[in-house]
Amino acid sequence: MRGIVGYGAYLPYWRLERKAIAEALGTPGGAGTRAVASYDEDTTSLGVEAGRAALRGVTVLPQALYFATSAPAYLDKTNATAIHAALDLPTSAFAVDVAGSVRGMVGAMRAARDTRASALAVLSDIRTGRPGGADERDGGDGAAAFLFADDGPDARVVAEPLGAASATAEFLDRWRLPGEAASRQWEERFGEHAYVPLGEAALTEALKHAGVTAAAITRLIVAGPHGRAVKRVAASAGVKKEAVADDLLASIGNAGAAHAGLMFAAALDWAQADDLIATVSLADGADASVWRVTGAPRRAAGVAAQLAGGGRVTYPTFLSWRGFLDREPPRRPDPQAPEAPPARRAEAWKFAFTGSRCQACGARHLPPQRVCVKCHAVDRMTPERMADVPASIATFTVDRLAFSPSPPMVVAVLDFEGGGRFQSEMTDVDPRAVKIGDRVSMTFRRLITAGGVHNYFWKAKPFRGGQS
Amino acid sequence: MASNGIRDRVAIVGMGCTPFGEHWDKSASDLLVDATGEALTSAGIELPQVDAFWLGTLFSGQSGLTLSRPLKIDYKPVSRLENYCATGSEAFRNACYAVASGAYDIAMAIGVEKLKDSGFSGLPGSGGVGDGTRTPLSAPATFSLLAPAYAKKFGIDEAQLKEVMTRIAWKNHKNGALNPRAQFRKEVPKETIACSPLVAGALGIFDCSGVSDGSAAAIIVRAEDAHRYTRHPLYVKALSFVAGPAAGPIDPDYDYTTFPEVVASAADAFAQAGIKEPRQELAMAEVHDCFTPTELVLMEDLGFSSRGTAWKDVLAGTFDLDGELAVNPDGGLKSFGHPIGASGLRMLFECWLQLRGEAGKRQIASVGRGRKLALTHNLGGAPGECVSFVGVVGSEPSA
Repeated sequence: MRGIVGYGAYLPYWRLERKAIAEALGTPGGAGTRAVASYDEDTTSLGVEAGRAALRGVTVLPQALYFATSAPAYLDKTNATAIHAALDLPTSAFAVDVAGSVRGMVGAMRAARDTRASALAVLSDIRTGRPGGADERDGGDGAAAFLFADDGPDARVVAEPLGAASATAEFLDRWRLPGEAASRQWEERFGEHAYVPLGEAALTEALKHAGVTAAAITRLIVAGPHGRAVKRVAASAGVKKEAVADDLLASIGNAGAAHAGLMFAAALDWAQADDLIATVSLADGADASVWRVTGAPRRAAGVAAQLAGGGRVTYPTFLSWRGFLDREPPRRPDPQAPEAPPARRAEAWKFAFTGSRCQACGARHLPPQRVCVKCHAVDRMTPERMADVPASIATFTVDRLAFSPSPPMVVAVLDFEGGGRFQSEMTDVDPRAVKIGDRVSMTFRRLITAGGVHNYFWKAKPFRGGQS
Repeated sequence: MASNGIRDRVAIVGMGCTPFGEHWDKSASDLLVDATGEALTSAGIELPQVDAFWLGTLFSGQSGLTLSRPLKIDYKPVSRLENYCATGSEAFRNACYAVASGAYDIAMAIGVEKLKDSGFSGLPGSGGVGDGTRTPLSAPATFSLLAPAYAKKFGIDEAQLKEVMTRIAWKNHKNGALNPRAQFRKEVPKETIACSPLVAGALGIFDCSGVSDGSAAAIIVRAEDAHRYTRHPLYVKALSFVAGPAAGPIDPDYDYTTFPEVVASAADAFAQAGIKEPRQELAMAEVHDCFTPTELVLMEDLGFSSRGTAWKDVLAGTFDLDGELAVNPDGGLKSFGHPIGASGLRMLFECWLQLRGEAGKRQIASVGRGRKLALTHNLGGAPGECVSFVGVVGSEPSA
C-alpha cells in the first residue's frame, strides 16, 4: 500500500483583522482575520517550513520533491531546489516546480502519489490583491506538505488514496499576467455556472472509482478560489451536513494553491481510523480524490494550534510588506545581493543551517569552521545540522539604524542546546518583549531581496511550542 | 613574552591634527596636506627630510598614492594600511618600528578619513556580502550588545546602566567643549543625552561617536635624536597590537562584558612600559569610546577599575578631567569625532598636548604633579571579534 506517511502545515505567525482594512479605507466592515506571510517570507520559505513539519519524526527521506504555488519567488529558476537544499535532501533527490496556478497543487499531489520512490508534495501560496479588494480581504497565506511512500516499518501509511478523478475545462474565471500585483476575475456568476457541474462530475467519478458512496464520507473538503462555486459544490455533494469541513476562511482566508492542502491537513489532524476523506479542488476544472485514514499513528500538523495562535499586523504594515506602501528607507547604503559562488560554497550552511562539530573536542561551530575555536584542531570537523536544535538568548539588541525591510532589526546572540553559538536576526517578535534567556527556534526566511536576488537564510523566532 | 617592545628607542617630535567635523569644503587630500603641514612645522622640518611614510585610512583612498599625490612626495616609501577603527594607531606603530629598526631616520605616521561625503548615517558599508548569511548589524548595534549583558552579569538595572552611559557621554561632551578642534564643542545636559532618539538597543544618538572628517599626523625619530627637533619630545614606551580569533560570535563562553583583545594588548603594553598600577601611574588615557558602553567596559579591561565596578567609578567621577585618572580629556571619539583612520593619531595628539603642558583650559593637573605617562587605546571590530591597540608614551626617558 502506498500513501501519505507524513504531513505538515505551516501558517505564518501574523494575522490581519479584516475590519482594519475597512477602518483604514472606509469600506464596509469585514469579519475575522486572514493569515499574512511576514515581510521575510515567500512561497519558498513557507514551503520549507511545511516540508520540515512533514518530515519531522519520519525516517524516510523523499527522493522527489514537487513544489506547487501560484506565486513563485523566481521565474526561470526552479524554486523547489531551494526547498530541497533547506530540507537537506540528497543531491540524488529530484526537485521541480509545478508553479503558476492554483491547480498546480493537484499536479504536485498526483506526481508525489504516483512516483515510485518516496516523494514530497509541497503546496504553498501567498495571496495578494489590490488594497480594498476582495482578494486582499479574503486571501490568505500558508503552506502544507505531504510525504508519500510505501507502507513499511520505517514509514506507516496514515492515509491511503482510494480513487481520484478530474474534469478539465478552459474558461476565463480568474487570471493574472506575469508580474502583476493582483489577479482579475470575470463576473462571479459566470464562474459559478462553469465550476459547479465540473465539481459535481469529478466528485461523482472519484467516489465511483473509490467504491464508496457520498453518504459514507466522514469529511468533505472543497477548496478553490471561487467562493460561491465552492459552497455550491459542498452543499450539493450529498454528504452528511456535519461532514463538510470548515473552510478556514474566517480565520486564515483562502490560501490558493495551499488551501486544499491546509484543509486536508486539518482533517487528518482530527480524523479517526477508517474515516473517509473526500477532497474537491475547483481550479480551471475540478479534481477530486477519496482517501481512507488508516489506524497507523499520526504526527499531527497542529493546524488547530496554529489557527489559534498568531500576532496582529496593522494594515499599513501589511501594505508595506506586500509592496503596496513604499516606505522611506534609512539613510544607509543599499543592501547588497549575496554572491552566487560563495552562496554555493556555503549551501549546507546557508540553506540547511548545517554547522560543524569538532571531532577532537566536540565543540560545535556555526557557521562551520575548519579550525576549532576551542582546541584549534585543523580539519577535524563533521557537518552537524542545527535547524531543529533549540537555542536561548545570551544577549540581544534592537538595531534601528541597520537596513531592514521592516525595521527595526532585532538581533540576538543565540546559545544552542548542546553547544554552539550564533548571532542571528530574529523574526515574528515584539522588539519590546525580548529578554536574555528567552528560548527560540530557527525558521527559514528570505532576509531581503537585493539586485533581483532573494537572500534566503535562517532566523530565530520565539519558541511557541506547537504554534508557528 | 608576547613582545619585546621598543621602550624609549623612538620619540615623537612633532604632531599635527586638523579640527574634526564636517569638512564640506575639504577633500581627504586637503586634510592630509593640512595635517602634514602642521606636523612638519611642529617638528621644525621640511617634507623632503621625512624618509618614509605610513598612511592609515579605512575608506578614503587606496595605496600610498593617496598621500604622495596630494603632497607631491618625491619617490619615497609610502605604505597605506588599514586595521578597522584602529587604523591610525597601526600607522603609528609601523612607523615607530621602521625608525627603531634603523631603516629610516625620520618617519611620518598620518591618518585620514573623509566620512561625510557618503551622505549616510553612520559608517558606509565595506566589501561584498559573500554568501549573505552574516547578520548585517550596524556598528552601534554590535556594541549595544554589551549593555544588557553587563547589566545582567553585575546586577545593575537598565535605568542605572543608562545613567552610567549618559554620564560617560556627558563627561566627554564636557571635555570636548573645552577643545577648539573637537567636532562637538558644547556641553550637553544629561536629560538631553538620556532622552535622545534610540539608535540601537539602549544606545541613543548621544551614546554614539561623531561621524566626521579629519586627519592627524606624527613625526617619529630615534630617541637620541629627539632633542634636535624639540625640547619636549614624547618617548614611545609601549606599542601593543592584537587581533583576536573573533571567537565571541561563535563561542558560548564569551559573555559580552569584556574585550579579551583589549585585556591582552593592555597586559602586553604595561609589561613593555613597566607599568604596574595604571590608574595610579598614568596622567591620562585616551580610549576608544566609540559608544558609551564601550568606554565603560574598557575601564575594566584596561585595569583602571576592577571587574564589575567601572560603573560605580564612572558615576563617582573617577575619570573626569579633574578626577583620579582623566579619560578622554580631549572629548574622545564621542565629541572630538571619529574619522576612522585619523582617530588613533588624534589620541596621541592629546597626549602630546597634555604631557607637554599645552592643553590650555583642559590641562590635567596631575601632569603638574609629576605624572609623565599617557595611554592611548584604539580598537576596531565588534565585541568578541576585534583588533586592539594599546600604546603608552611618556615625557621623559625611563631611568
